[in-house]
This record gives sequence, structure tokens and C-alpha cells, in this order.
Amino acid sequence: MGTLAAVPPGASAERWWSRARILVCVLAAIYLVAPLAIVLIISFSSAPFLTFPPPGFSLQWYENLMRNPMWFGSLLTSVKVLVPTAILATGMGTAAAYGLARTSFPGKAAVTGFLMAPLVVPVIIVAAGVFGVFRKFGLYGTLTGLIIAHTVLTIPYVLATVSAALAVVNRQLEDAALTLGATPWNCFRRVTLPLILPAVLSGLLFAMVISFDELVVSLFISTPIVRPVTVQMWSNIRGDVDPTIAAVATVLFLFSLCALLAEHVARRHSRATGHV
Amino acid sequence: MSRAVDNATAEVVGGPRPTEPAPPTLELKGIRKVFGPIVAVDRVDLELGKGEFVTFLGPSGSGKTTTLAMVAGLQMPTEGTMLLDGRPLDPLPPYRRNIGMVFQNYALFPHMTVARNVAFPLEMRKVPGDEIRRRVADVLDLVGLPDYGDRYPRQLSGGQQQRVALARAIVFRPPLLLMDEPLGALDKKLREQMQLEIMRLHRDLAVSVLYVTHDQEEALVMSDRIAVFNAGRIDQIGPAQELYERPATKFVSGFLGESNFFEATVTACEGELCMLEGRNGPMRAFNAAGLACGDKAVVAVRPERIHITTAASETFDNSVTGRVTDIIYLGQSRKYVVRAECGTELTVLEQSFGIRRHSIGIGEEVRLGWQGEEANALAEDMRKEAG
Repeated sequence: MGTLAAVPPGASAERWWSRARILVCVLAAIYLVAPLAIVLIISFSSAPFLTFPPPGFSLQWYENLMRNPMWFGSLLTSVKVLVPTAILATGMGTAAAYGLARTSFPGKAAVTGFLMAPLVVPVIIVAAGVFGVFRKFGLYGTLTGLIIAHTVLTIPYVLATVSAALAVVNRQLEDAALTLGATPWNCFRRVTLPLILPAVLSGLLFAMVISFDELVVSLFISTPIVRPVTVQMWSNIRGDVDPTIAAVATVLFLFSLCALLAEHVARRHSRATGHV
Repeated sequence: MSRAVDNATAEVVGGPRPTEPAPPTLELKGIRKVFGPIVAVDRVDLELGKGEFVTFLGPSGSGKTTTLAMVAGLQMPTEGTMLLDGRPLDPLPPYRRNIGMVFQNYALFPHMTVARNVAFPLEMRKVPGDEIRRRVADVLDLVGLPDYGDRYPRQLSGGQQQRVALARAIVFRPPLLLMDEPLGALDKKLREQMQLEIMRLHRDLAVSVLYVTHDQEEALVMSDRIAVFNAGRIDQIGPAQELYERPATKFVSGFLGESNFFEATVTACEGELCMLEGRNGPMRAFNAAGLACGDKAVVAVRPERIHITTAASETFDNSVTGRVTDIIYLGQSRKYVVRAECGTELTVLEQSFGIRRHSIGIGEEVRLGWQGEEANALAEDMRKEAG
């Protein structure tokens, strides 16, 4: 209390503002997290319908998710799509980023814009276009079709993260590798790739999460036989609603969370060892 | 038998082989590099002898680093040819040239240990593992870092990183070593120490070196020959003493050391010397540029070649009177700034007398004198087209 005299005028107003800021932040956080928390809680519900708060604890909806071929099959389809999608998008996105970062040619900006377009063009338009083209080429309702579509949608994420990392890599390191006898491939493999690896991995994780989470394009080109889990959820939620959907949502959420954590750990590790 | 005869004829046709001088390590013929409208390097010719140490000296943007990058293969010349040990270099990509290069910012691979960095060129050449280990240990010994193999570059000081870069560039025994301002990021003391070490390595390894710097002192200390770059061209190439005593252009005379300049017109030629007429009257100077009567010229005189006196006691080929406007104490010497009667400002360096008093003070009327052979008459237009 004796230090009260040392507090400059206006300090109490400042303190009031800082408290208000904290309150707003907490409210915003609750607003963002609450739906997730509720879905998570409902997934363990013992009631046969979506109700909150749940009357009791049960793992039956996770059991249903594994037992019910409709749900498990669609989860499997999603995995069958996201794994090749992530690998293809990472490979092509990294190659594109390297090519665009290390060469200059007329129309480079156009190529970059073309590759990044899926981020800007409304998904519904992409979906409609993909639908029309895939029907013509017999890719409608196939795994291959879903993989191709998802790859196109996820390449921009890989391209963006890897390009950002390449911009930071000192080009003199690549020059040095060349003068020391490394072929361009060895130079990339031994020098550039290790330095951008954290970004490549985070691109890979991004691609996996986005493919897993994708609904609109999948909705247009999937059939009841080849149906990713998001589409299954979409059709389920309009029919018989049971808490299995909450269990699926929780699985999706945990997958994204793990991917994010892995990305964070990769970055921390790369910073600790001084790369990039 | 007929084969022996053939050989004999071939030898006659080819000239006496054993007496033929060894081809230079590196030959540059009419190298030109154009970036859009900018001519970065303009018709550079150079012969680098075996084991020779040649320095490219010039201000930044004068084309010396670009020339080095073209030799390394990191840039393609617009015109001209390059030969390494008599073989054309131009069609080879950088990784087939077998030329060592040291970069200003070391360019060590941050994700590899010192030993892995140094082993890199050997691994690229598919040298067997045990030989790699032996050679890496040897070369780290040579640069004075025998126990640093397991460290990462970020754990080393700037000087140590530069030594690792040097080790990495020589471990595969290239016939030619390129160094692009390798000491530019180090402080003065360390730089001087590294200069001596690079010179020692150069002697021990008998490697030819092309060294780029903008530091004239570094060039004077280290080089067999210095090539002074000015706006994309080599103004002059030769041993340090030749460049200092007989500069070919005004630029060389001003960039390597200091010079006083007088504009004048040639009035007579007498052997190696010539007479000129300028604002401060008649002058006598060494005619290195082959000037003829009536030519416009610039006369360059080094500040330490000018004698400064208060009385006209000695006789010099050239003399000027003026007033001292400034005196700067430099430890080993004193620098006088003198405004000559004709208006030209001159600097004069005089060996310091130590604690004995100098007789000349600011504002004093002085006589400056120098011998004709100490002054160089240079063509006024240094960009005069040759050939």
C-alpha cells in the first residue's frame, strides 16, 4: 500500500484495460474450443442420440465406428486417399518450389499462380469442374480420382511452406556444393533437402490433414461405394443421428492435433540443431 | 620401325617438346559477361602460371567476383574462352571442373560436422571411406584444427570457420584455388594472421591461387601478381612493385596507394622521360604510356616521393611552391596538405623525425620537389580503346 503514491496517474485505467483484454481472450477461446469439447464429450455418451450433457459414460460409439462397415470402410477410404495424396503433393510441391526458387523464366509468376489457384478459387467451382472432367475420363467415383483431386488441392500448401524455407536457405551453400563436385541431384539431396526438411515434413502433414478433412470436392466425385469419412458424416448427419458421428469427429480432431504437434516438434528440433 | 620414324617426324612437326614451357594453369581469353544492359566483365585476358598467386583487386562492382564465378562455373561467360591446364573449361559444369573455391561467408554446410564438411568433396569423388578419414584428419591438421572434426560450424569462431572452408576447398587437391574475399568478415588482427597462413598453405601445396579482394594492403602482402579491376576490365596486371611504381592508368595509381595528380600536356619527349606543361608550369615525368608531343596527360606523384623543404636548397627536376594548410601526425610519418600556388591541393608524406622537432608548421611557405623518374605521365583517357 505504501507504494501507491508511486503509481502514475492513469495506471488504474491501464489495469482495467488489461483485465478487459484478458476477459475477451478467454471468452474468444471458450467460443472456439467449446464446440470441440462438447463433441468430444458426446462421443463418450451412453445415450443413443446426440444430447448434452450425456447421461453416462460409454465407449459404444467408438465400438460402432470400428464394427460398422459403413463407418470403418469410409475411414479406410479416407486413409487410402490421404496417404498417396500427401506423398504425391509433397513430392510435386517440393519439386515445384525448388524449380521456381532456383530458376527464372518468362511466365514464372503465371505458373506459381496456377499452382496456388486452388487456394483462391472457390472450392465449389473446383468441385463442379472436377466433377465434369472426371465423369468424362471415368475417374468419377474412383480412389484414383479422389487422390488426383486431393493432390491438386493440397499442392499449394506444400508449395507455400517449402518455398518459404527455400527463400531462407543460403544459395551460396548450393554453389559451394557444386564447386566441391556435387552433381545438381547430389547437391539437392545432401545439402538443400536436409536444410528444408522441416518445411517438407510440415507440408506433408498439412497435405494429410487437408485431405482427411476435405468435404466439398469429395462430395461431388464420390459414390456410396467409394466414400471418404467426411462424406459419410455429411450424409449421416441428415439421416439417423447417433453419437458415432461425434466419435468420428473426435478421431478427425485427434489426427489433426497429432499432425500439428508433430509439425511443432519438427520445427523445434530444426531450430535446436541450427538448420535454416 | 616405321612407327619410330612416325614418332620422330611428329616430334619435328610438333617442335621441341621438352623445352616448351608448361602451359599456364589457367588461361582467360577475352572473357565478357553481360547482364542485360550492364557489362559486368569486359574482355578480360589472364594467364595464371603454375603455383602462382594472382590477386584481383578492385572496388566492389568492378567485375572481379563475377570473373571468379565464371572460372568456378557458377556463371557462364557471354563471350570468350577459359582453359584449365590447356583444356577448355567452358563446356564443363562446375562439379566437373575440379577447382576449389572459398567463399566470403564460408558457406559451410550447417547440418554437417566439420569432418563431414571436409569429407564432402571426397565423398562426391567416391574416395574410399578409410582414405577419406585419413585425408580429412591430415587437412584439418594442416589448417590447425586437428580436434574440431566433431563440432558443428555454428560452434566455431569466424576464423575457425574460414579454416574449415579452406580445408574443404583443398582436401581434393585441386590444381586451382579460388578465394572470394575470404577474410572480408574477419577483424584486422585475425585477417593478418590468416593472410600469412594462406601464403604458407599456398607455398606448401604448390597450388595456383586466384584471390579476390578490395583491400589493397592484402593484395600487396599476398600476391605474386596483382590484377587491378576497373569497371569490368583489368587496367593493369603485374607484380606489386611494378603496379605501385609504374601504374599504367590514373585509376591504378589512385587505387593502389595514394597519388597527387596534375593535368598537363606533353611538350617534348626525351627517351624514357617527357616534358609537360601544366597549370603549375613545366614538369618532367616518366613516360610509361608512350605519350607523344601534344597529348593530354595526367601526371601522378606519390606523396612520399615529394620532398618538402622551406628553402630551395636541393635541385629537383620538378618543383612547386605552396602553403601548408594541414599537418597530420601518423606515427611513422607526417602528412602535409599543401595548397600549391596554382591552386592544386597536394599531400606530402615525410618520415617522422621521432621526438626531434619538425621545422615546418601550418601556414608556412614551402617548396616541394621531386625527380622526373618518380612521376608518371599517364594517358588522360584511361578508357582509350586498344587494338
